[in-house]
Amino acid sequence: MTATLTRAEQAWQLLEGLSDPEIPVITLRELGILRDVREGAQGLEVVITPTYSGCPAMGQIEDDVKAALATAGLQASVVTQLAPAWTTDWMTDAARDKLRAYGIAPPHACASASTGSANVVQFAARGAKAEVVHCPQCGSANTTETSHFGSTACKALYRCLDCMEPFDYFKPY
Amino acid sequence: MNAPVDYLLHLADNALILGQRNAEWCGHGPILEEDIALSNNSLDLIGQARLLYQHAAEQMGQGATEDTLAYFRDVPDFRNYTLCELPHMPLMAATSAGDRDFAMTIVRNFLYSSLMVLVWDQLQNSKDAQLAAIAAKSLKEVRYHLRHSRDWLVRLGDGSEVSHAKAQAALDQLLPYTQEFWTTSPQESAALANGTGIDMAALQSDWNQIVDEALQEATLQRPAAGGFVPTGKQGIHSEHLGFVLAEMQSLARQHPGATW
Repeated sequence: MTATLTRAEQAWQLLEGLSDPEIPVITLRELGILRDVREGAQGLEVVITPTYSGCPAMGQIEDDVKAALATAGLQASVVTQLAPAWTTDWMTDAARDKLRAYGIAPPHACASASTGSANVVQFAARGAKAEVVHCPQCGSANTTETSHFGSTACKALYRCLDCMEPFDYFKPY
Repeated sequence: MNAPVDYLLHLADNALILGQRNAEWCGHGPILEEDIALSNNSLDLIGQARLLYQHAAEQMGQGATEDTLAYFRDVPDFRNYTLCELPHMPLMAATSAGDRDFAMTIVRNFLYSSLMVLVWDQLQNSKDAQLAAIAAKSLKEVRYHLRHSRDWLVRLGDGSEVSHAKAQAALDQLLPYTQEFWTTSPQESAALANGTGIDMAALQSDWNQIVDEALQEATLQRPAAGGFVPTGKQGIHSEHLGFVLAEMQSLARQHPGATW
């Protein structure tokens, strides 16, 4: 078509490198937070979706998006869209590798994504074998959960029983 | 199609008031991990409340925002279950004070989360597209809340003599309040009628199954429900909600429009 970039393409390029405020090794796009850049009736629109409903980083992310675009003189409104609901399954393999290298065990596939109350009510009874989370430091499968909830809503606390290091596990969502 | 505003407020108020209650543990948790867990739990609930308030405020217009709904309504305007506003301590008379009881926190979170996994699951099919989207997110979060509270329910119930007694006492006190889940309020009828809400009574047998399985594993006895049926979702609350609101709303009312 034309050699020059459209505003939306230019915006994509500017936003491509924006990282998550809490986990700076992965980008908003890799996380699946950055959904779309489009021309709306009121001008350029950047569509983002929240991770957890109460994630306090969303305000920061909106500011970061606007600031990145402003460096190239682009103005955009940031639209928050809830559906389809964000899922950790959108995370690419490359992003998972980056998380692991950063010391965070990447999320397992979201087995609970299917709907239906039959799925909802199944929980591992005490003593049942829980999913194996590999230690991001030494790779050992000999790990144990310290707490379902960690430093942010999206993570659980684990520790490795071989290298004895504590680590975060990015929970499937 | 939009859900009735009062119905959205009912769902939002449940989440906000329980979120505010559980946030009382922030900095006071029995162990560090539980401090973090309950604070995370509150963060999710308050996040769900914000999305629901924003959706309600758009329909209300006239300057309504998530903040006016959370901070500038009074007790009779709140539509939450009475269960969500009770303090974290056994029933006491008049102005007597007591320490927060972790068993009360866990039992309440378990009873509420057991309901909300079913409610959010069904509301994913709401004819109100925004409510359906909020439900899809909330379901993912409440599954973790249920797992957390259920695990602790079993640990307390099937734990020491003391923890068992405390968990049983909390259950005896709180379970009767769940009768409110199954009565029908005007906003629930209106939401059901226009296809944006769900039939709560139809969830009762699934809820009973979740609860009974967990109680059996926790070696706890299910008390008979009966007698008083609370009416929080119709705006008629216990004496406790006013104190929750006083703490939650005072800053916003002293400094209206303040921003961080």
